[in-house]
Amino acid sequence: MLVVDQLPKTELQEIPFKTKIPRIGVFICHCGINIAGVVDVEKVASEFAKIPGVVHSIDYKYMCSNPGQELITTTIKEKKLNGVIVAACSPRMHETTFRNAALKAGLNPYRVEIANIREQCSWVHQNEKEKATEKAIQIIYSILEKVREDQTLEASHSDVEKKALVIGAGIAGIQAALDIAQAGYPVILVEKESCIGGHMTKLAETFPTLDCAACILTPRTVEVSQTPKIKLYTYSEIEEISGLVGDFRVKIRRKARSVIEERCTGCGICQEKCPKKNIPSEHEEGMGTRKAIYISFPQAVPNIPVIDRESCIFYKTGKCKVCQKFCEPEAIDFEQQDEIIEEKVGAIVVATGFKQLGKDLYGEYGYGKYKDVINSIQFERLQSASGPTLGEIRRPSDGKIPKIVVFIQCVGSRDRSKGIPYCSSICCMYTAKHSMLYKHKVHDGQAYVFYIDVRAAGKGYEEFWARAVEEEGAIYLRGRVSRLFEKDGKIVVRGSDTLSGTQIEIEADMVVLASAICAHPSAIELAKKLRIPYDQYGFFTEAHPKLRPVETTTMGLFLAGACQAPKDIPTTVAQASAAASKVLGLLSQEKLSHDPITAVIDDEICSGCGLCVEACFYGAREIDGIKQISTVKEVLCEGCGACTVACPNGATQLKNFTKEQILSMVDVML
Amino acid sequence: MKYAYFPGCSLHSTALDYDESARAVAKALDVELVEVPDWTCCGASPAHVTNTFLSLSLPLKNLQSAEKISRQMVVFCAACYSRFKFAEKSLAENQIKEKIKKIINLEDIPEVKTRHFLDILINEIGLENVQNRKKQDLKGIKVACYYGCLLIRPPKVAEFDDPEQPSCLDNLVEILGAVPVSWPYKNECCGASLSLSRTDIVLKLTNDILQDASEAGAECLVVACPLCQANLELRQKDINKKYRKDFSLPVFYFTQLLGLALGIDKKSLGLHRAMVSGDFLLKEKGIA
Repeated sequence: MLVVDQLPKTELQEIPFKTKIPRIGVFICHCGINIAGVVDVEKVASEFAKIPGVVHSIDYKYMCSNPGQELITTTIKEKKLNGVIVAACSPRMHETTFRNAALKAGLNPYRVEIANIREQCSWVHQNEKEKATEKAIQIIYSILEKVREDQTLEASHSDVEKKALVIGAGIAGIQAALDIAQAGYPVILVEKESCIGGHMTKLAETFPTLDCAACILTPRTVEVSQTPKIKLYTYSEIEEISGLVGDFRVKIRRKARSVIEERCTGCGICQEKCPKKNIPSEHEEGMGTRKAIYISFPQAVPNIPVIDRESCIFYKTGKCKVCQKFCEPEAIDFEQQDEIIEEKVGAIVVATGFKQLGKDLYGEYGYGKYKDVINSIQFERLQSASGPTLGEIRRPSDGKIPKIVVFIQCVGSRDRSKGIPYCSSICCMYTAKHSMLYKHKVHDGQAYVFYIDVRAAGKGYEEFWARAVEEEGAIYLRGRVSRLFEKDGKIVVRGSDTLSGTQIEIEADMVVLASAICAHPSAIELAKKLRIPYDQYGFFTEAHPKLRPVETTTMGLFLAGACQAPKDIPTTVAQASAAASKVLGLLSQEKLSHDPITAVIDDEICSGCGLCVEACFYGAREIDGIKQISTVKEVLCEGCGACTVACPNGATQLKNFTKEQILSMVDVML
Repeated sequence: MKYAYFPGCSLHSTALDYDESARAVAKALDVELVEVPDWTCCGASPAHVTNTFLSLSLPLKNLQSAEKISRQMVVFCAACYSRFKFAEKSLAENQIKEKIKKIINLEDIPEVKTRHFLDILINEIGLENVQNRKKQDLKGIKVACYYGCLLIRPPKVAEFDDPEQPSCLDNLVEILGAVPVSWPYKNECCGASLSLSRTDIVLKLTNDILQDASEAGAECLVVACPLCQANLELRQKDINKKYRKDFSLPVFYFTQLLGLALGIDKKSLGLHRAMVSGDFLLKEKGIA
């Protein structure tokens, strides 16, 4: 999508741009001293003034400034230019700026090209001024070749389906959905679990203010259920996504819940009567139990149970149906099947969250083997008033109150040898919180924390950590733990204190592991369905790490929360609102325009080999069944050029990046 | 199955009983072991701290000889295993490869894969097959399986069992009818070659290991490395003196327990060579 052609077209459009005689203007930017401090811009300008076809060549201090743009606009009008080269910074910076300037003068914006003489020349050759000047000239010469052959291109337009899809209903998805709905657009919110809220529903209190997670989350989850603009599909997953920005077609699989949602009143009698007990509860992270038909937790939204068919006696033996007998509104449906729902949306927010590292990577810590070695989410459940111990800190093995608790940070995170070099970002703060809350509940207890560095960069974070140490008496030990083992009902923690240079052994009653935040195991599969890139750890990749942090490289798809990188609640909520505002920006447009730089196919040359179909990341290429040659779906084409490289006989070309153009650009360089 | 067999220095000297039991067990399992002709020391443990290229050339020279026999070479010593594996991995780098080829005058790098006998036992012969050939049950004898360091670490080199929670020896002895005890020191370091230069360190480490094994209820230990065996067994007297203990824990090679289960006589398994005799324990359990 480009914004250049949304500006009012001027009366100057009738200038005969398509004339074969080139009338090109070259504008060389000083960029203050960024370029002019290295490149002799006056010399460059006078060099091009001599070239046939170039009717105007000039240098200027800041081309991107208003007077600079004005200079381009007026020159195009006065000299009747039909091609423009701006030799300045990277096209990523100001290509749109200068194309808009040309448009104001009535010149087709695709006849404006940028010669990058800053990043690719002056910045990297600061000590070789003469050679840099020569290189700048070379770069502009090559762009000149391109401009000579550039065609007038017109953007195409399409409608926008004024509806959004949000995938994942953790705090990120909830925030995004509420923001979009409040602005007046309908939202479809899809959650794979039976209720919404995600990881935050499991937390006890949140740093750095220690407010109760349920107290701040429940109003939001309730609001979701009471907002008419939000259509909520829980226990549902994305089956398939096709189409493109403004017109995505989504297939949602509503997994069989075995409960008819419309009939269920949430009375909970089914759960009470179900004879199948003692199934480890997912919500309690295995620290508590549930029945075969269950509502995850009391405040669940929607307050509708689900039957776990793996455990249910009826699905195993064909007998039981106790829940059905007691269900007055007759909401239990053992025959229910998965259902596929199709929706059409204009924009998508992906907010699928994370998963904490399991037991695979750290055999030496015996997680999963020693009962009193738990992870941080399990510790949250121990602290939670609605948790398995009703908020009392009791260790899992024997229910005793642990008097010495050791917290181990960076279990996985920042460990290159385990393949997780990144920082999980939130563990320092929640561990400080854990040590603090532990002390609040067990006054004579002692918390030890093994850490590498304490990273407390957020607002109020450093003060919070200091409080854990200074007021709550947590003992911080800088070093790593080599191994844990059980001895006489204690967990022996063997580690090092690198500040004193000694080995330490602590006989702890309980150990809490701050295990790494990892991408959800199903993230990569989803990324492939959505056609969005992901990094080597499975986190989705934003379009630009600084300037486009919520967009993906696929138009109309936005990211929110920990599916993009580990992050805390404040940052997640901020990103979710940012994603929502991007969605609103898109949905509020009447028409979407598409960049006309797409692949084209020469029917007469194409042999139908299909290599371009394989090369295309966006699903824009397919083989025509009748003609047996390749075709381009222009609306899906992002103009990346991968197919043109794959095409063995040059049948596929990219508009304004044709083989002839590129070869002649190379020719003048050599 | 025919394999080149690299005994290494220990199995020809201090660990003669390992060599004897290894050959006996291999024969009983129809595994043909052909000793690598003209073999030299693999370089463990001084070569790799002296010179990288020396430490890679020595294993390579042996692999060159082994290639004449088989494309797979069996070792029993964990330290040898580690050195051969290191060499195998390092040669993936072209620069190193070319230099080594020059040093030992090789035309091509021998394509011989080094495997520990435990690996072959589990992944080629199969524990099920072993169980089928079992002639004698080990009658619930409580065993602490000790893995040490080099058999399983570093994980990128050994690629064999879980580096932190190994289980191959436990699985083996369980099948033979013994009871593996659960103990955390199964992969703590025994001190290895510090035994001679810093005996005090080795005594502390082995004391901790033996203490933990006996607290876990073990009646004996089983190992897969001659150096571990020596440190854990030979040093028991010194440990008892220094730490006022009375350890008398037999330390068997896994091949010895396996041999007993396969019905091989004690002498062929070199059991009479032990410094801490296992006779009493075996008699008590009624294992012939």
